[in-house]
Amino acid sequence: MMIRAKLAPLALAAVATCGASAAQAESGWSQLNMPRGVTEISRKIYDLHMEIFWVCVAIAVVVFGAMIWSIIAYRKSRGAIPDATLVHNTKVEAIWTVVPVIILIAMAVPAARTLVEIEDTTRTELTIKVTGFQWGWQYDYLDDGVAYYSRLDRHSDAARELLSGIDPNSVDHYLLNVDHPLVVPVGTKVRVLITAADVIHSWWVPAFGVKKDAIPGFVNEAWFKVDTDKPGLYRGQCAELCGRDHGFMPIVVDVRSKADFATWLKDKAAAQKQAAAPLAPPAVTPAAAPAEAARAPAATAP
Amino acid sequence: MAEQPSHAASHDHDHKPHGWRRWVYATNHKDIGTMYLILACTMFFIGGGMAMLIRLELFKPGLQFFDPQFFNSMTTMHALIMIFGAVMPAWTGLANWMVPMQVGAPDMALPRLNNFSFWILPFAFTLLLSSLFVPGGAPAGGWTMYPPLVLQTGASFPMLVFSVHLMGASSILGAINIVVTIMNMRAPGMTLLRMPLFVWTWLITAYLLIAVMPVLAGAVTMLLTDHFFGTTFFTAAGGGDPVMFQHIFWFFGHPEVYILILPAFGIISEVIPTFSRKPLFGYEAMVYAVASIAFLSFIVWAHHMFTVGMPLAAQLFFMLSTMLIAVPTGVKVFNWTATMWKGSLSFEPPMLFALAFLFLFSIGGFSGLMLAIVPADYQYQDTYFVVAHFHYVLVPGSIFGIMAGVYYWLPKWTGRMYDLKLATWHFWLSAIFVNVLFFPQHFLGLAGMPRRIPDYAVQFTDWNMVSSIGAFGFGLAQFLFPYIIWKCVRGGQPIGNKAWEGAHGLEWELPSPPPYHSWTTPPSDAVIARGAAH
Repeated sequence: MMIRAKLAPLALAAVATCGASAAQAESGWSQLNMPRGVTEISRKIYDLHMEIFWVCVAIAVVVFGAMIWSIIAYRKSRGAIPDATLVHNTKVEAIWTVVPVIILIAMAVPAARTLVEIEDTTRTELTIKVTGFQWGWQYDYLDDGVAYYSRLDRHSDAARELLSGIDPNSVDHYLLNVDHPLVVPVGTKVRVLITAADVIHSWWVPAFGVKKDAIPGFVNEAWFKVDTDKPGLYRGQCAELCGRDHGFMPIVVDVRSKADFATWLKDKAAAQKQAAAPLAPPAVTPAAAPAEAARAPAATAP
Repeated sequence: MAEQPSHAASHDHDHKPHGWRRWVYATNHKDIGTMYLILACTMFFIGGGMAMLIRLELFKPGLQFFDPQFFNSMTTMHALIMIFGAVMPAWTGLANWMVPMQVGAPDMALPRLNNFSFWILPFAFTLLLSSLFVPGGAPAGGWTMYPPLVLQTGASFPMLVFSVHLMGASSILGAINIVVTIMNMRAPGMTLLRMPLFVWTWLITAYLLIAVMPVLAGAVTMLLTDHFFGTTFFTAAGGGDPVMFQHIFWFFGHPEVYILILPAFGIISEVIPTFSRKPLFGYEAMVYAVASIAFLSFIVWAHHMFTVGMPLAAQLFFMLSTMLIAVPTGVKVFNWTATMWKGSLSFEPPMLFALAFLFLFSIGGFSGLMLAIVPADYQYQDTYFVVAHFHYVLVPGSIFGIMAGVYYWLPKWTGRMYDLKLATWHFWLSAIFVNVLFFPQHFLGLAGMPRRIPDYAVQFTDWNMVSSIGAFGFGLAQFLFPYIIWKCVRGGQPIGNKAWEGAHGLEWELPSPPPYHSWTTPPSDAVIARGAAH
């Protein structure tokens, strides 16, 4: 912070950037690592990530140390005489083949264990179908008759136009905000069934440790269970190139207390039922119908 | 050699066609090698220019310069041009120049095929690059060409498919030529386990090419029929399977990764012993390590697609097989280090590039190991962490390997020493800026920035700016490279047979520059034994 303050008169623009981003999120300079997240799985993933990272650092210290030592100690300019007999050593070669194998096994075991947990989609309490489309998401609460679209919010959408003249720093959560977030309860094992309507997308919420491709014709499964004490807004983005506006289809998950969620779901179901009136089926085709269709499908029903 | 009468040696200079015919009708391995290298260098600058445009748009948040569709075209074309236009032709060019000299042969085994495999490429890249000017713009679905997205490509779609076909055909023909040359043209006494590592790595690379390029050709042909002839190989609505494309593509794609890096392993295995003045440590282990890496490359492909929703058992298998690759790769790095151990090191430009390769390729290897851990990969997949990973193995890996090779053999090709001071400058600028460019991308990816996006959330601004500054510095520094080569071609201090004190190998037994037909009479066993100093 002190260094930045000293540089301030020299780089006004840069400081303005830092200041503005600090106002709405952590400063960019300090974002160096994976978030620990708000689910047990995301923390396990974080721990695996850190474990393998430190293993790599340890190996790097040894190997880079040997390289640097060679570069310093065995310089021709310092009169080093090459030892041309040192071309083979079965014992050493066996060691540096076997030791990595042991390290790898030690890494693979906890990774496999976590993977088995991640793949366990039994005993889920709430199922939501997520459909990716160009360019947004549809959320469908399968048991409750609630379905709606979620797209980039209009402030970001206006600012992201080529030469819009709007400073992205002035937009609340630029490119990471949507009109209608996915709403889920805390402390509940939520299963998401992920598919796509047109091309392949990928539904990614880093704080949950969930990334799964949304593929037309496939239904992928993933799940998350947010800590009871961690309600809040969690943001992610589409992670698979899906065309022109791939960079502009964020994901926002609004995690609420169980009671708040129940109220929200009831209100939403009632509102959608009313809007749907007697005619319309709840299903809509995302490619054909824009976001308004979810709120008033009756208008397009036959 | 059978077609060469015994008096050929006195004639071979007279047989050289002059003017444009020398190049268009070229059958000489050195002329064809030169053309490959010029093409590669040209494509390196075109693909690099695209990278500069990408980093320009990403310098700060908000769209300042390009429509997102054009941005996607740039990422797609940058990858295709760099992989198929810069790195692969550079390797083939180096193989053309060096393999006949290193195995004691007069030329490549199939000179006319050699001409054909080169001259396909300018057409392939003219076709690909002209797609920038057709309605709908250049391909923008990523170099991985995943359907259904790639099927939304406009008029450039068939151009993409046919240019990939042409590149594939060229690669296969080039690879066949190299295999036949190595298998049949070796001088008597040049046994397989006396061959230099560059020849070994290229032999294995050539087999990889022959195995996987037809797979890529098949995949893009299926895309073509899906697009134009009503098939539904990859369309779920017609009973097809979009994920099948990914399996087929990466069955090509992962060996392709090793096609891009194995010849670099070969060059590093020549440069480090030369400038350590000590034979390569564990020559046979190096050969077996390359062979194991090549074998493993066929059974790890699905680690590129851990998020598509594979069964648990498949994910576990691909995690374990991927981690296994760390073992032979580790052996190689340890052997290179042991080669320097108790050596007598000097730091000419090829050695500097080789040392940077050792450190920075290892960093790419470490992030590769991290990416193999499936649960962690769920967080890394399709983020800038992956971009950082593969650029670390491809830029300070493959590209630095090529530069080490060019700076190593350029005096042999021209007969003159290049400007060592300027080349040292080229090295330091490249080595510093490549880290400024790519290291921050690890942070961006871990913090949550997806790859292939033209615009980003504001918390990613700072490291993107750093990365862009690194990119501009790296890009500018590369202009030194053709300048240094040009200067060396025009003039310089003449050198003897050996450009470097510690160099071993048959190429250093020939005059510099070498005769038009490298070894018109095979080298004697004593000469071969002197060259194979391991």
